[in-house]
Amino acid sequence: MSLTLSDTSAGGALQRASLLVWGATLAAIVLLWIAAGRLGWIADPADVFVIPIEGWLSAFVDWLSDDLSFGLFTFRDLTRALAWVLEIPLSFFITILSRGTEVPLGAERTLTLPPVPWFAILFAFVWLCWVWGGRRLAILAIAALGYLVVFGQWGSAMVTLSSILVAVPVGVAGGMALGILAYRSDRVARGLTPVLDLMQTVPIFAYLVPVLVLFGFGPVSAMIATVIYAMPPMVRVTMLALRGVSPELLELGRMTGCTRRQMLWRILLPSARPSLMVGVNQVIMLSLNMVIIASMIGAGGLGYDVLTSLRRLEIGNGLQAGLAITLLAILLDRMSHAYFAYRETPRAQRRAQGVNNAAMIGALLAGAYVVGLIFPALTIYPDAWVIDTSPFWDGLVTWINLNLYDYLDAVKTFLLIYVLVPVKRFMLDVPWLAVALLLAVVGWRLSGLRLAVTVAGMAAFIAFTGNWEKAMVSVYLCGISVLIASTIGILWGLLAARSDRAYGIAVTSVDTLQTLPSFVYLIPVVMLFQVGDFSAMIAIVLYALAPAVRYTAHGLRRLPSEIVEASRMSGCTPRQMLWRVRLPLALPEIALGINQTIMMALSMLVITALVGTSDLGQEVYIALTRSNVGQGLVAGLCVAFIGMISDRLITAWVARRKAQFRIE
Amino acid sequence: MTQDSPLADNAAAPPPDDDTPAETKLSCKGLWKVFGADEDRARRVIQGHDGVIGRDALEREGFAAAVRNADIDVRTGEIFVVMGLSGSGKSTLIRCLSLLLQPTSGELIFDGRDLLGCSEKELIDIRRHKMGMVFQHFALLPHLTVLGNVAFPLEIQGVSRFDAEERAHKMIELVGLGGRETDYPSGLSGGQQQRVGIARSLATDPDLWLLDEPFSALDPLIRREMQDEFLKLQRMLGKTIIFITHDFDEAIRLADRIAIMHSGDIVQIGTPEDLVIRPANDYVRDFTADVTRAKVLSARSIMRPADEGTSFAGDVAPVDRVTDFAARAIETEAPLAVRGRSGRLLGQVDREAVIRVLAEAE
Repeated sequence: MSLTLSDTSAGGALQRASLLVWGATLAAIVLLWIAAGRLGWIADPADVFVIPIEGWLSAFVDWLSDDLSFGLFTFRDLTRALAWVLEIPLSFFITILSRGTEVPLGAERTLTLPPVPWFAILFAFVWLCWVWGGRRLAILAIAALGYLVVFGQWGSAMVTLSSILVAVPVGVAGGMALGILAYRSDRVARGLTPVLDLMQTVPIFAYLVPVLVLFGFGPVSAMIATVIYAMPPMVRVTMLALRGVSPELLELGRMTGCTRRQMLWRILLPSARPSLMVGVNQVIMLSLNMVIIASMIGAGGLGYDVLTSLRRLEIGNGLQAGLAITLLAILLDRMSHAYFAYRETPRAQRRAQGVNNAAMIGALLAGAYVVGLIFPALTIYPDAWVIDTSPFWDGLVTWINLNLYDYLDAVKTFLLIYVLVPVKRFMLDVPWLAVALLLAVVGWRLSGLRLAVTVAGMAAFIAFTGNWEKAMVSVYLCGISVLIASTIGILWGLLAARSDRAYGIAVTSVDTLQTLPSFVYLIPVVMLFQVGDFSAMIAIVLYALAPAVRYTAHGLRRLPSEIVEASRMSGCTPRQMLWRVRLPLALPEIALGINQTIMMALSMLVITALVGTSDLGQEVYIALTRSNVGQGLVAGLCVAFIGMISDRLITAWVARRKAQFRIE
Repeated sequence: MTQDSPLADNAAAPPPDDDTPAETKLSCKGLWKVFGADEDRARRVIQGHDGVIGRDALEREGFAAAVRNADIDVRTGEIFVVMGLSGSGKSTLIRCLSLLLQPTSGELIFDGRDLLGCSEKELIDIRRHKMGMVFQHFALLPHLTVLGNVAFPLEIQGVSRFDAEERAHKMIELVGLGGRETDYPSGLSGGQQQRVGIARSLATDPDLWLLDEPFSALDPLIRREMQDEFLKLQRMLGKTIIFITHDFDEAIRLADRIAIMHSGDIVQIGTPEDLVIRPANDYVRDFTADVTRAKVLSARSIMRPADEGTSFAGDVAPVDRVTDFAARAIETEAPLAVRGRSGRLLGQVDREAVIRVLAEAE
């Protein structure tokens, strides 16, 4: 009896202590707020003191490109050599797929070598799709590639495809090599993991700046940026896949007397193949996403078309090119999945048995090429037959502006005046020291001193590099978007968890949403709402919706059926079941979904700089146009830190909650 | 009970006369395995005590041993079963014997060769040609067909694909999977997968055959069938076998000799009959309590000196199990004669003695 008594009093004391901490924190924040009026550095140290990290970084990169020498060659030689090596396959693919070339034969005569005819490429794709994925995939290929041809997107699409064809093998091979190194040596793994973490949170644009400075403007540097961006997941997947190989298989390898090399090539890699394929698919999708964005540093192709249309506000053209990217992304995604499934099916059950696909397609392409050489007119889809829908879209936009403008604008203005602007003001008002203090206290209560120091340190970095104000704009834009995206996402997830069919529909929609390159989201938004914070918010919400839906539905559905049965036997109504059993238990999973949503929102935030925001994303974008490495990297790091702060705090909360419930 | 016949055959087959000592294939002396970061210090501690150190003393030094001071001699051609519950150290022991794990201390002799002194290259060579291993969860390579899996160890050695596949075909026939060569492991049942595992482990014609709980992951009925086939195979091949199991019935059924392990110690090594008649301690006695004694006890252990001038109803060999001759013994009043190979009369088995065994009376 005395035990329970002392227990409750201890619990009460704990609660009192916790209340005291929060009360003190609140008081301190209010005090800081008042003090901020007098002492500027409490509100934002930008005017008083800035650590010139930007300058140091720029100077470092200048030193790299101008002065660093390895004796026999300089760093600049190294980057040039790398660019030269990558240039060869890239220009090869661009030549045969898109441009063709002219070979001088001396004496003013030239031989015009056309690209491979479009119908040959189309047929090759459709054939492979049929072999790998059957009729449905073949129809998808016909539709997607047919669209590219008929709507005049073929040439740009082939340029984009060329970059993918080079970037993906390089990214996969590089990622696998690093992953294997990390698997073999714990030291490499320990060094690599934080770098990978950072690389995946730094926004895409930030990669472009140093690449631009070191490699210049052009398709090759765009591709290098693409590879750098797409590689980290492959490294991670390789590490995980190799570690996941069953220990028995390793023992088998040793018992059959495998050498180190045999172990890698004959046991580890083949048995990890299904997991590695997931990584390959990710590299394809990320490359496609990045290759579009990399058009800012000269990638050309579809991304360039979208970018220029957006800049000139030619919605029709942008929409056409955007749809082309979308179709290409969906097709490549489905094709890679189908191919992996095809590899796993036994030979006896495969389609088109006995046909040597490589030989057949090679012969087809070569034959078509000869035909094209003789009749160059055939190689290019005649311009006269191209259907241009952009006047229609432009007309639609005009119509919308004429007829729906009032309503759309009313919604926009209402939200701006009553939600966006007040929140923005508030965020800009809060002194940085108060925010850092609050973060530290939350971190301390959730996990401990270490987390407290980490998150407060990151906040301090943002403040002392002079980015506080912009960061707060980012936080506000991102915060509102995440709030809306999470609300919609969780509601949708709740609906999706109700039946298998709803779940299937939700998963397919969400998968498709995630296949789209982030660029594409901007087009319809700009079409309806012009540029500005509001459009940015809508684009972010759309892009970041997917994980909230997926994690909520998954978290609700994967509850052990015993628990569900037990609650039904205790007489729960469906409503009680949801609020008292399912939601509380699924909460950690939902929190992880929101965490992902925040990450995606941040990565989209930077891209919305194109539609005129005034936050960190804009800072990176400006740095890009000015080739200012320091500014770009520091602003990129600030975005990464915002993401990491929320990630660390949410993960800590989830870990605590899970430990409390002892669930996995 | 048709399944019992292989057991009977098996029991009748081994050691020709009773005390021909078979040569030792693999032996370990004072073998220790301690897990942990500081294995070197553990080695010094153990060797400082001349290889004999009590559990408490070792724990005071901060170590827990998975295998403690194991002495084993595996004879050529015998089925040596290591039996223990999970956590008893049996898996660690077999991994030390095959050097998948480096023992902390002790000596290990295989075919007269000191394995612990071998270089990595020599070890690879020994594993390639002298040892074969079957794994609990089959360890089949998912990307290879049945044929590819069985040929795998040969291809690793550099045998030409043609020869490797020819040999693999033979092995697949041997384990009764003929016709399934082009299937992938994912399309096979558990029992079939383990047949592939067995065929693969035999493809290199190893001298020492290691089986790590090969049938534990299978359904009871399939397990029974696989045990019978295993015994049939062994009668054909006569390998030296180390077989790990946690199932005492399986051990009794298959073993020539059993080593019982309990939290790292080898508690007792002996024939199934030894364990039943002379359990070393209560732990072993608990295991043997439920054993059907008639299947384990032999004529020799229940015979008594033959009476002068008795007329016998028939002959049995000293190693015959009671189940083999119980029906004959019960049918007639007259006792059975126990005769050695040479026909010498060793003793007699009375009807009452058989009935007592069948009734499980002490």
